[in-house]
Amino acid sequence: MQSVTSPRLREEVGSRAPRGFRVRGKRDPAAAPSARTRPSPRPSPRKRGEGVLSRYPAVERCAIRTLLLAGALLLFGNVGALARDPDKQSFQVIEHGRYMAIAGDCTACHTAKGGQPFAGGGALETPFGTLLAPNITPDLPTGIGSWTDDQFVNAVQNGVGRRSDHLYPAMPYPYYTRMTREDIIAIRAYLDTVEPVQNKVIANQLPFPFNQREAMVGWNLLYFKPGVFKSDPGKSAEWNRGAYLVEGAEHCGLCHTPKNAMGGDENDRAMQGSVLQNWYAPNLTGDRRVGIGDWTTQDIVLYLKTGRNRYDIASGPMAEAVTNSTSHLTDADLRAMAIYLKDQSAGGGGMPQPVSMQDPTMQRGQAIYYDRCAACHTVGGEGIVGLFPRLSGAPLVQQSQATSLIRVVLEGSRAVATNGAPTGPAMPSFAWQLSDPDVAAVVTYIRNSWGNAAPPVAASDVANMRKALLEQP
Amino acid sequence: MATKLPATDVVVIGLGWTGSIVAESMTAAGLNVVAIERGPWRDTATDFPPSYSPDELRYAVRLDLFVRTAQTTLTFRNNPRQTALPVREWGAFLLPNGVGGAGVHWNAETWRFLPSDFVLKTQLTQRYGAKFLPPDMTIQDYGVTYDELEPYYDKFEYLCGTSGTAGNLRGQKQPFGNPFEGPRSRPYPTPAQKQPYGPVLWAEAAKEMGYSPFPQPSGNLSQGYTNPLGVTLGPCTFCGFCERFGCGNYSKASPQITILPVLMRRANFEARTECEVTKINLDNTGKRATGVTYTDSQGREWEQPAEIVFLCAFQMFNVQLLLLSGIGQPYDVNTGEGVIGRNFSYQVTSSAQAFFDNKIFNTFIASGSIGMCIDEFNGDNFDHAPYGFVGGGYIGMVQTNARPIETTPVPPGTPKWGAAWKKAVRDNYLSTILPATHGSCYSYRDCYLDLDPTYKDRFGRPLMRLTFDFHENELKMSQFLTDRLAEIVQKMGPRQIVKLPRTGHCSIVPYQTTHTCGGAIMGIDPKTSALNRYLQSWDVHNLFVTGATNFPQNAGYNPTDTVAALTYWMLDAVHKQYLKNPGPLVHA
Repeated sequence: MQSVTSPRLREEVGSRAPRGFRVRGKRDPAAAPSARTRPSPRPSPRKRGEGVLSRYPAVERCAIRTLLLAGALLLFGNVGALARDPDKQSFQVIEHGRYMAIAGDCTACHTAKGGQPFAGGGALETPFGTLLAPNITPDLPTGIGSWTDDQFVNAVQNGVGRRSDHLYPAMPYPYYTRMTREDIIAIRAYLDTVEPVQNKVIANQLPFPFNQREAMVGWNLLYFKPGVFKSDPGKSAEWNRGAYLVEGAEHCGLCHTPKNAMGGDENDRAMQGSVLQNWYAPNLTGDRRVGIGDWTTQDIVLYLKTGRNRYDIASGPMAEAVTNSTSHLTDADLRAMAIYLKDQSAGGGGMPQPVSMQDPTMQRGQAIYYDRCAACHTVGGEGIVGLFPRLSGAPLVQQSQATSLIRVVLEGSRAVATNGAPTGPAMPSFAWQLSDPDVAAVVTYIRNSWGNAAPPVAASDVANMRKALLEQP
Repeated sequence: MATKLPATDVVVIGLGWTGSIVAESMTAAGLNVVAIERGPWRDTATDFPPSYSPDELRYAVRLDLFVRTAQTTLTFRNNPRQTALPVREWGAFLLPNGVGGAGVHWNAETWRFLPSDFVLKTQLTQRYGAKFLPPDMTIQDYGVTYDELEPYYDKFEYLCGTSGTAGNLRGQKQPFGNPFEGPRSRPYPTPAQKQPYGPVLWAEAAKEMGYSPFPQPSGNLSQGYTNPLGVTLGPCTFCGFCERFGCGNYSKASPQITILPVLMRRANFEARTECEVTKINLDNTGKRATGVTYTDSQGREWEQPAEIVFLCAFQMFNVQLLLLSGIGQPYDVNTGEGVIGRNFSYQVTSSAQAFFDNKIFNTFIASGSIGMCIDEFNGDNFDHAPYGFVGGGYIGMVQTNARPIETTPVPPGTPKWGAAWKKAVRDNYLSTILPATHGSCYSYRDCYLDLDPTYKDRFGRPLMRLTFDFHENELKMSQFLTDRLAEIVQKMGPRQIVKLPRTGHCSIVPYQTTHTCGGAIMGIDPKTSALNRYLQSWDVHNLFVTGATNFPQNAGYNPTDTVAALTYWMLDAVHKQYLKNPGPLVHA
């Protein structure tokens, strides 16, 4: 089984961007408000498919408040920035920038598979088409060598490019906006030290109408809330550091928070799990059945540091996140993230009734489970710590959608290997041995045995996944 | 013409068990290591997924993991008066190929030798007098003692997570373990595997007869285990597809499952697969290796210079490479002089097949090394004076498999095919057991390896020629062990027992074991050994040679634990002495 708690998708997996990028093209800088003054209302929750325009009244109300706040920020921020920008020649600043670039997992998109570091070109398959991650080496003609620091900060924090063009939120600026200017300047200082690579990337490969970057103005209005993270004085310093990382650089919600039809975060369901790129990024709330309510702080730290703990082993996109990012963070930062994550209230769990063992599908699933799965995952679903993930009571197998389970049964998977847990165990593909109804039955059985309860899986779900896996690049 | 590559610190020839152990140890010390492996890359996830790895036809019948005879083979004869002919289809033993080597397809029986096995010549001469030994027997002491090796046995067993029941902890005998074993510094890392029905009944019978049965030590684990390198193994699932197969359940200790995940993460390690070393190069003094020459899969020749060379190929191929590289004096059977090729030994196995009417054993519930054994008749654990032979072996009911294609037990007299044969297989499949003996094989003057004068490999190099036969001493031993085994089996109440002791000449055709030994043996005298007690070549000080190739003679146990312990022993000397002061570690 896999854990798909990833802030980042990898090319290997087939795509990197969560569903729903909004798209946006050039705009007239004079006609539109600058990024720093643009109102960025936060819409109230809405149902998938609900019309965007219907939300405008709420948006407008929010916008007035936000505009005032943003104006204040602008004033304060610019004055502060000029006075306090870190020395980009300082070793400490460059090293800090390297660390923050890891925390932000820049390399996941900006380094193509087999390509040179940060030279871009990695394809991001989105539901709207393909985007290529740009070259962010200091190369003058094709990288960001000619960008000013302010342009760089504006891109990271506000999704606005050097020519005031709008970036697509495959670049997770809705999260990076919470990072401090100091941290972003440090990242710039680090990027200035990497090998300049001449590699021209045409980022926007989207078809019409998604290739019109202007559309991002509207999207930003609806779903983008700019502003650096503000500490909550009622919480500990560790909690605040964790929140800064989880909601900022690590951009966990990019995968784990459900998206609406336009790809905006459904913030009232934050971290409740989401399907993307044929994976299910699971629920990270405090729910004990589907979330991480039963995990201790140390369990979370161990998972992020080594990719495994007594419950689970990361694979799929989360394996990439562990490899590129979290396994390199300091124990203090991982602990801070864990403390913040542990403080999320439960959500998205519900109380489903398990499918009865009298159901013929369950009986079929049990027979297949004994024959194909039990040798490793054990008859009682306990698994083997560090090797074969636990299925009994495991949140990952009880998510509202069985996307990841179906996928790993069909495709197999390889868990992450880290210095702390170098094994990297694998599960084989069963696509050639099990029919669609077989896979549906065994996954239904796993989701509803040993105290587990989750909606059953239909053979058509399996058929759709087979098709999707064949089509993925 | 070989293209010369940039120099590295260490070259490892062969990435099997000992090559992996050496590479892990040397990279941990910060040295740059290049391992050159004749066969393909193999790892658990991509090569042995449990959804297709239990394929008897592919792996057990067609021998997918082994070297192809078209790639290389050897010639065989029973004695120097015969003309050796090339082996064109593997039989008596199966030679490994590829990353993990024989560590991929072994059964994981993880035995220590007896303390007396390391001082065999001294022990037997003192106890029985020199005249008790056959005059052409060429056994020697190893040059290292059990007590010296104990920490390194321990190290390998903790790497593997070996499952077993200790019989001797720091000199204190322990119940349910092997009372004859040498002292262990601590218990096995994991408890013994659970035993199936047959071994349980066999052990009860052995106990009734006054013996001390104990579970065979197993590298197929009884429970999950994370080794000191941080790699995790799972419990064996008793699938019965172990020997000749890779393990996809992460439960059989192998280089893939215990070392390679860590080694492959190290930036100072590089493995070059499908590259065959053709020569160890020497400088103009002939006393120092300068590196190796190898040929890649496209036929291109490369020279890899190195400061230290570890020769870690399979036993037979270690000897071949030494001979082809002109290192050490080749053994001459006529004069008895020379060391390279000297003291080839093997293993003398036998069995007693037992057919039952009223018992269902389900022998397909099996792991590579599950079973109950006794050690009363191993090594010098018993007085040989009345019997007129030396040596011995463990006796046991070991249940490794009942795979459908090759497991067709029928009583003698059954037709070889047709309806009656099918009925007999059906009637006997579940109710037949095959307990076995695992006997020593001592060394003799006329058992040796040299280069074949006629047959050449695909590079035009002479093939290895094996001259070997069983000697009277070993055949007597096999008869004795088989009789003792049959007595125990008889107590279980079978309908019929068929004793199958080793008899007659050694045949290269039926499979026996892959425990070929010797040819570049360790010792204390450069006239009778190729390597000193630290496995360092007497002639070329920066060349070390590992494997069962080191054994002056073979004991009544499976060799891997001792092979690995000797490797760790060698590495300790390399780290503590050789790296600080390169040169001969022992002055002859």
